[in-house]
Amino acid sequence: MAFYVPYIAVVALILIGLYAVVFKRNLIKIVIGITFIECGVNLFLITLGYREKSIAPIYTSSPGGIMSLPVPQALTLTSIVIGVAVLALMLSLVVHIYRHYKTLDARKIIGGDEE
Amino acid sequence: MNGVVDWLILHSPALIIAIPLLGAFLTILIGKIGPRIRNVFVIIIMAITSFLILLLVNDVFTNGIRTYVFGGGSTSIESSYAIRILFEIDGLNAFIAIIAAILPIVAIIYSWAFMKEHTGLDKYYTLILLMTAGMLGMILTGDLFNFFVFLEITSIASAALIAFYLDKQNSIQAAFKYIVISAIGALFLLFAVALFYGQYNALNMAVIANNISFTFIDKIALVVLFAALAMKAGIVPMHMWLPDAYGRAPASITVILIGTTLASLYGLFRVIFTIYGKYLFSFDSTQMALTLGVLIIILAVVTIVIGVFMALKQNDFKRMIAFAAIAEIGYMFLAVGAALSTYTFERGAAIISASGQMALKGGIFHIFNDALDVGLLFLVAGAVYYAAKETSLNKLGGLARNMKYTTVFFLIGLAAVSGLPPMNGFASKLIIYQSMFQINPLLTIVAILCSILLLAVFVKVFYSVFLGPKLPKFSGVKEVPKSMLIAMGIIASIIVFIGLFPNIFVENIVTPATNALQNATSYIGGVL
Repeated sequence: MAFYVPYIAVVALILIGLYAVVFKRNLIKIVIGITFIECGVNLFLITLGYREKSIAPIYTSSPGGIMSLPVPQALTLTSIVIGVAVLALMLSLVVHIYRHYKTLDARKIIGGDEE
Repeated sequence: MNGVVDWLILHSPALIIAIPLLGAFLTILIGKIGPRIRNVFVIIIMAITSFLILLLVNDVFTNGIRTYVFGGGSTSIESSYAIRILFEIDGLNAFIAIIAAILPIVAIIYSWAFMKEHTGLDKYYTLILLMTAGMLGMILTGDLFNFFVFLEITSIASAALIAFYLDKQNSIQAAFKYIVISAIGALFLLFAVALFYGQYNALNMAVIANNISFTFIDKIALVVLFAALAMKAGIVPMHMWLPDAYGRAPASITVILIGTTLASLYGLFRVIFTIYGKYLFSFDSTQMALTLGVLIIILAVVTIVIGVFMALKQNDFKRMIAFAAIAEIGYMFLAVGAALSTYTFERGAAIISASGQMALKGGIFHIFNDALDVGLLFLVAGAVYYAAKETSLNKLGGLARNMKYTTVFFLIGLAAVSGLPPMNGFASKLIIYQSMFQINPLLTIVAILCSILLLAVFVKVFYSVFLGPKLPKFSGVKEVPKSMLIAMGIIASIIVFIGLFPNIFVENIVTPATNALQNATSYIGGVL
């Protein structure tokens, strides 16, 4: 059972994130929803890389035993860095939207200017 | 001299990404010297990149699949967990790469005059080069995780560029929509990559394609990949970002955006035909190919119909073209879906029937034509906006008197998009109609009808923008500057050339691409 806990967490995080993106009207909450999905996917990658009782693959000072392949960790690091860039860009757009509309409610933003 | 060319061809996959990437960050430094030098620098960088792409494409079409391993070493992977980044270029990538070679350079030439009055152009050109590098990476890569990274680079750069008119509310709104859709699409792609990695310990497309056993998890991965990439390609239930993004971005950016959308579409074809290709071609899978084909056909028909009808009721020049662009994507999708649905058994192997082959050819050919036709129309819309500072169809009128060349270019684009001879759109649409008629006549009727409606849409635009009485408001409007005319002229001349000699193009470029699409085994063989 304990083996499945991370996977359940992954599914829960992704579903909560999707719910926030689809149903929430506040733009900040939509952004938070996307970070939830991102966390879920990252957790999934990390969980895949876990091997029981394995050690870090440093060949020169290995005490012996199984080494885990560090690829999923490398992928997760890359994905986190990209995620931060996307998050920063999204939040900066939200700032600009707030400056123009003086609201973050998606319902009031529809329409816009038709000079 | 020969040695230099050989060296360039050998390392071109790396250089094609590296040159625009380095150029992007150098642009800011060079911009300190002066705007003129910066513009020349950006054009030179892009011209070198395009030249290298053409060298690489020529090499692929003559010598077959090219595999480029970063950091050197052999291309073959003996042990199951050798992870390395490699680019693999076969006929299909090469075909899409030609589009990616033409569109950015046209956009940069166009921007010279089009964006002249704006500030912040150093960053604008930097982002254009970043976006181009990302798009080329998506097209050339042979690694799924790499595809995700380049997809994100492209999305970030494009979202920033869509929001270029920061003083307008609509463009920021469009950019936010775009980045939300892109982020979700990319994360789902990453999720599918994790599903593959968990099963096969591989990120390389060829290795995954070789090992794929179509378990339940693979089916989930297929659904997730399909949804994510179709969303990025603007297939209808997930198209709402596209008209906003295309319509609100500067016209020069929209042209490159078309390229990135088609790169996502390429990713979708690569997933269906290569990663799942081995299973599609196996003995007990025609049911699956048929299901997938019918699903794609339904989505495509909905895409075409909704795109055309939404285009009919638009009042904004650029939004109208954006909906027409959605309809055009539907045509490619329709052809590929129809081809998938014709898988049959013959002598122990599942193959696509002759009419399916034709449809596939038409669909692939149409990718190229769509990029040029819709791109030209957007450039014309940008030119009209530049000259008259207006995009609403109700307020424009009588511009043909003042803008002769732009009118001619619009007519060429109009004929090409609605599939009139002798333009390139006719050549590819005719192939699609013919082959579709043998598969299911109903589909041809829908396709032709929507094409006629598209003609109606653009004739309306032609009338309300270029013809009609002379409006006093637009009496001072002049023809747009030379650089914009040159950019439109380049695309228009390619359109007319392909329209007049479609056979040269189909035989030399489209046929290798369709063959590569169906031949998953040789793609796998390029790595293993």
